[in-house]
Amino acid sequence: MSAEATHRFILYVTGRTRRSERASSNLRELCAQRLASGSYEIEVVDVLDHPARAETDRVIATPTVIRTTPLPRRRVIGDLSIADQAAHALDLPGLLRSVADDQAEAPR
Amino acid sequence: MSTTDREIPKLSTGITGLDYVTEGGLPIGRTTLVAGSAGSAKTVFSVQFLAAGCEAGEAGVMITFEESVADIRRNVRALGWDLAAYEADNRWRFVDASPLVEGEDEIVGHFDFGALLARVEHAVSVTGATRVSFDSIGAVFSRFPDSTTVRNELYRLVHALREMGVTSVITAERIEEYGEIARFGVEEFVADNVIILRNVLEAERRRRTIEVLKLRGTGHRKGEFPFTILPGDGIVIIPLSSMELQMRSSDVRITSGNEELDTMCGGGLFRDSVILVSGATGTGKTLMVTEFIAGGIAQGERCLLMGFEESRDQLFRNARGWGFDFEGMEAAGNLKVACSYPETASIEDHLVSIKATIDEFRPNRVAIDSLSALERVASERGFREFVIALSSFIKHQEIAGLVTSTSKTLLGGESVTESHISTLTDSIILLRYVEMFGEVRRGMTVLKMRGSLHEKAIREFSIDHGGMHVGRRFANTTGILTGNPMHVPPSDAERIGQLFGDE
Repeated sequence: MSAEATHRFILYVTGRTRRSERASSNLRELCAQRLASGSYEIEVVDVLDHPARAETDRVIATPTVIRTTPLPRRRVIGDLSIADQAAHALDLPGLLRSVADDQAEAPR
Repeated sequence: MSTTDREIPKLSTGITGLDYVTEGGLPIGRTTLVAGSAGSAKTVFSVQFLAAGCEAGEAGVMITFEESVADIRRNVRALGWDLAAYEADNRWRFVDASPLVEGEDEIVGHFDFGALLARVEHAVSVTGATRVSFDSIGAVFSRFPDSTTVRNELYRLVHALREMGVTSVITAERIEEYGEIARFGVEEFVADNVIILRNVLEAERRRRTIEVLKLRGTGHRKGEFPFTILPGDGIVIIPLSSMELQMRSSDVRITSGNEELDTMCGGGLFRDSVILVSGATGTGKTLMVTEFIAGGIAQGERCLLMGFEESRDQLFRNARGWGFDFEGMEAAGNLKVACSYPETASIEDHLVSIKATIDEFRPNRVAIDSLSALERVASERGFREFVIALSSFIKHQEIAGLVTSTSKTLLGGESVTESHISTLTDSIILLRYVEMFGEVRRGMTVLKMRGSLHEKAIREFSIDHGGMHVGRRFANTTGILTGNPMHVPPSDAERIGQLFGDE
């Protein structure tokens, strides 16, 4: 765990299902597009292996992502399939310039 | 194979009266839906279901979607359950799904209740729980707007509970007391067993009832049963007249405390019976109660007097006026006088406290003066149930019970108490004012004496410092009971007598 990370996330999932994988890749993509590489950490917790952690964090639904850093915590339920909405819910910054440029060029 | 062999075994719930209503408890390993309107004691029910299990050495898991864990612990402490102690003992676990203080989680995309299931399974396995409560379904639907997903996930939860082999209770909201079973159509996925809790406003009074709507594959009692919530006991369901069948009756005679009255009754009252004394105010009911109590004490019996009309001081003073020393009797330990005003509690609470007093003091005879005073705090139906439950309880204890009822009118008449209790009591003694020739006199008759011959005459009686004195019969008078006494000239009476005379 690097001390410099500005954003930390815990992603709770149930088993290695397609929904779990989808949530995980959606979260990684969100971070890659909006946070500088190396400035964030994602921990994936399987509730089947760690029910007590789910209890402590009072997680009901899976997938649930909790942004633990920076405070205040943010919690979002679901597979994060709508990127803009997920970014807004997790209070992430806008798209990185390089990503924004790529997307702006994409239609051509 | 007979049907009884195939019946699903039931788990004794430990909730007073519920095993009776469910004929043995809730089906083992199944989920029971407990539906009720706001304030119908759903949460108390779900906590008590687990607490009763804890008391019996079982363990329980409570999933709370609505009230916070701290609130539940605090709220039920007043009812007598120390959840923290159970938790410390690893017999109780909360799965806290109550709303977070920092606000609701946002929802983006698809989800399931995998984490909740994992937490419940974990809690059940570490405690070895046999009981699970879930409070409440309505709160889940209001927190997660995607009702299709919620419905699917709750169905999975119920299925998982069954797989775990636990007996569970799930609460759900209702909008109307007499309408659809529950909101959101939840009975679709917990359809096997349904219990309804009601809190109905009836004649300006709240009346709580419980009804077992269905217990699939097994029998249960039908209809609504009143219940109350008491500190130290929680929900106490009051079973009604159905206890009647098991009651014994003996032919042991006891004194009414008045020799002349004993003679009228054919040799005294029966021990295992309930006697109703009915009359207008001032006719001598309290005197009869006093003599009944003093007569018991004189025989060395334990006697309990419960007053709902007069204070202890008044009752003691009355007794002294007729030459009985209640203070001395109480000091000697064989008499207990308990007074309370009807308005201090609901009719169900009164019933439970009367029962508790009888259970504690273990009297040979009990007198209640007056039963009709309690009519003031009950709806008509509530009172009827109270009278039925009380008289069957008294008879069940195999003690003698004397209850009084005040008629509404001075002359003749009948009170609600009488119409409800008359078929349940073994004996009825009527005290009546008799207005004759500008004078008010008192008349008494034994209207009914189950299992015995008794005198049919209406006798005059008087009251002085020595108590009650039964005198001569009212000859040549008719219409006393209806409140219109008429003097019949002797010649007419003779002629009427001859109509039925032997040939």
